[in-house]
Amino acid sequence: MAHNAVGPAAIDLTVGPNPFFWPAAGVRDFYERMSAAPVARVVIGEWVCSKRLPFWQGEIPLAIDRLRQAGKDVALTTLALITLKRERRLTADLMDMGLPVEVNDLSALRLVPEGASFWVGPMVNVYNEGTLRWLAGRGARRICLPPELPLASVAVLAEAGRAEGVAVEVWGHGRVPLAISGRCYHARLHDRAKDSCQFVCGEDADGRDVDTLDGQRFLTVNGVQTLSQTTASALRWLGPLANAGVGSLRLSPHSGDFAAVCTEYAEALAGRRTAGEAEGTLRALLPGHRLSDGFLAGGAGAAWSG
Amino acid sequence: MVMELVCPAGTPAALRAAVEAGAHAVYCGFADETNARNFPGLNFSREEMAEGIAHAHVRGVKVLVAINTFPRAGDEAIWHRAVADASHAGADALILADPGLLAHAADRHPGQRLHLSVQAAAANPDAINLYAEAFGVRRVVLPRVLTVEEIAAINREIDVETEVFVFGGLCVMAEGRCSLSSYATGQSPNMNGVCSPASHVAYSGEAGETVARLGGFTIHRTPKGQPAPYPTLCKGCFTSGEQTGHIFEDPVSLDATRVIPALARAGVSALKIEGRQRSRAYVAEVVRNFRAAVEAVAAGRPLPEAALLGLTEGQAATTGAYAKTWR
Repeated sequence: MAHNAVGPAAIDLTVGPNPFFWPAAGVRDFYERMSAAPVARVVIGEWVCSKRLPFWQGEIPLAIDRLRQAGKDVALTTLALITLKRERRLTADLMDMGLPVEVNDLSALRLVPEGASFWVGPMVNVYNEGTLRWLAGRGARRICLPPELPLASVAVLAEAGRAEGVAVEVWGHGRVPLAISGRCYHARLHDRAKDSCQFVCGEDADGRDVDTLDGQRFLTVNGVQTLSQTTASALRWLGPLANAGVGSLRLSPHSGDFAAVCTEYAEALAGRRTAGEAEGTLRALLPGHRLSDGFLAGGAGAAWSG
Repeated sequence: MVMELVCPAGTPAALRAAVEAGAHAVYCGFADETNARNFPGLNFSREEMAEGIAHAHVRGVKVLVAINTFPRAGDEAIWHRAVADASHAGADALILADPGLLAHAADRHPGQRLHLSVQAAAANPDAINLYAEAFGVRRVVLPRVLTVEEIAAINREIDVETEVFVFGGLCVMAEGRCSLSSYATGQSPNMNGVCSPASHVAYSGEAGETVARLGGFTIHRTPKGQPAPYPTLCKGCFTSGEQTGHIFEDPVSLDATRVIPALARAGVSALKIEGRQRSRAYVAEVVRNFRAAVEAVAAGRPLPEAALLGLTEGQAATTGAYAKTWR
């Protein structure tokens, strides 16, 4: 039941950049499906490791064309950790592609052309109104908040975003990016250094799971990135997030029928499914996944409110 | 020129010990969530901070105040007050990480020298120049993801000073960009100033082993009678497929003593010792050794033997990311 006459603006869906290293054919198939999925926008590009990019770079322009023909907004992500000269040049090149850039390493901000607007991704530390306002002043138009923020902070930031004309997005679905490193843990698991990794991260379509010595499922290694092993889901929080004025949920790609995952969220947001029904369908779609929403609840991220 | 030695002080006693032992600068924080070592029983009240700064200044030593967590939305006033109080107390520099807080400090305290905390993880010249141009940051503490060669390359492209960690605890992730601790416990370095907090640690004896858990997750199992390391999440022993081991990092600490000459050649201005949670005796001994080391390097002499013996308390040491093979 709506408790006021003017309800909050509807939440839409944003597909984040694929964190994993998939073969080019798999990438093509994925974005083909995304062009038909009920999502408003897609962020595309290499987010984790620049060494992977040459293997699937050729798919990016094709995917962009396909997605834009289907009416999706498309942005290009920067790497989450930019250290090498080559990576800085790659980042500078993104600025000339005629599409918005999603900044996931703050250093990219310096390369954004004067007066151009940009998006901010979940790997940039936007924890408070001061930082949000500073980014808005430099041209930020969308900000996906860090996944560890609790609902209370999300609400304050969504309000600040409204005042600044910045759409605020929240981590909605997928393994949570918890850390990024100079060291490649995938290579380390194969007794290799990063420079001689032989692209072993490509062997694991959803990253490589790391469990505790007591068999508790815990983390997932994805090259230089460490993810949660749980699939975070904001399904149980759609009402509070809408009331807070959040503009979009970010869905983070994984293998399996991701378009069907998008559909479940779209249906739940449209009120055509209850959160419980959508959760049931998600669990059936994703048999190996465990869900979490502890960050939104303000506790340990691994926890699930259900 | 002698590289500046920046030493930790978790308490007023440790500050005096560091000053006595030869620190060029001491860094410390207020006893609250505004700094990234927000541990029970540590850090400074407003009064202790003022006294500590006066004590150091009389002896020609600088005090750098770390206000390097990310202010909580809706509660920025707590962090703004910390900036104002540290500035009024005469801090030689504030060590900040959050862009919003940096903007506030640059706007409201324009004369105050600002350093960029390692928590900002500024890992390339664009990031550093961004903070320098936007907020007038004068020195950057580099994240522990860079090789010595990369540090040298960065210094060629920036005008501000760089400070690097040389000793103590070792983050293997880009600092300030890690939510591993909050994933397991709900408490994070960025939001709460703690990592793998003791409040969420539980030890139990099981089948002849000491099991250390963090937020209920097993971090390691040690045979009884052997010293069990503190369960810092990224130094834990885990299983992946057929492999069991320290998947992220061994329980090692950083000792970059041997690379000090290379860091000097790379243009690094200041060396930082981690350990605000350490005792004053530990601080004094480490500071004495490093002071001798930086004096030797400045004079072109070999590193003194004593400095190389290490104080890692029986723990293995690593030069971390400074050597490319670490990756």
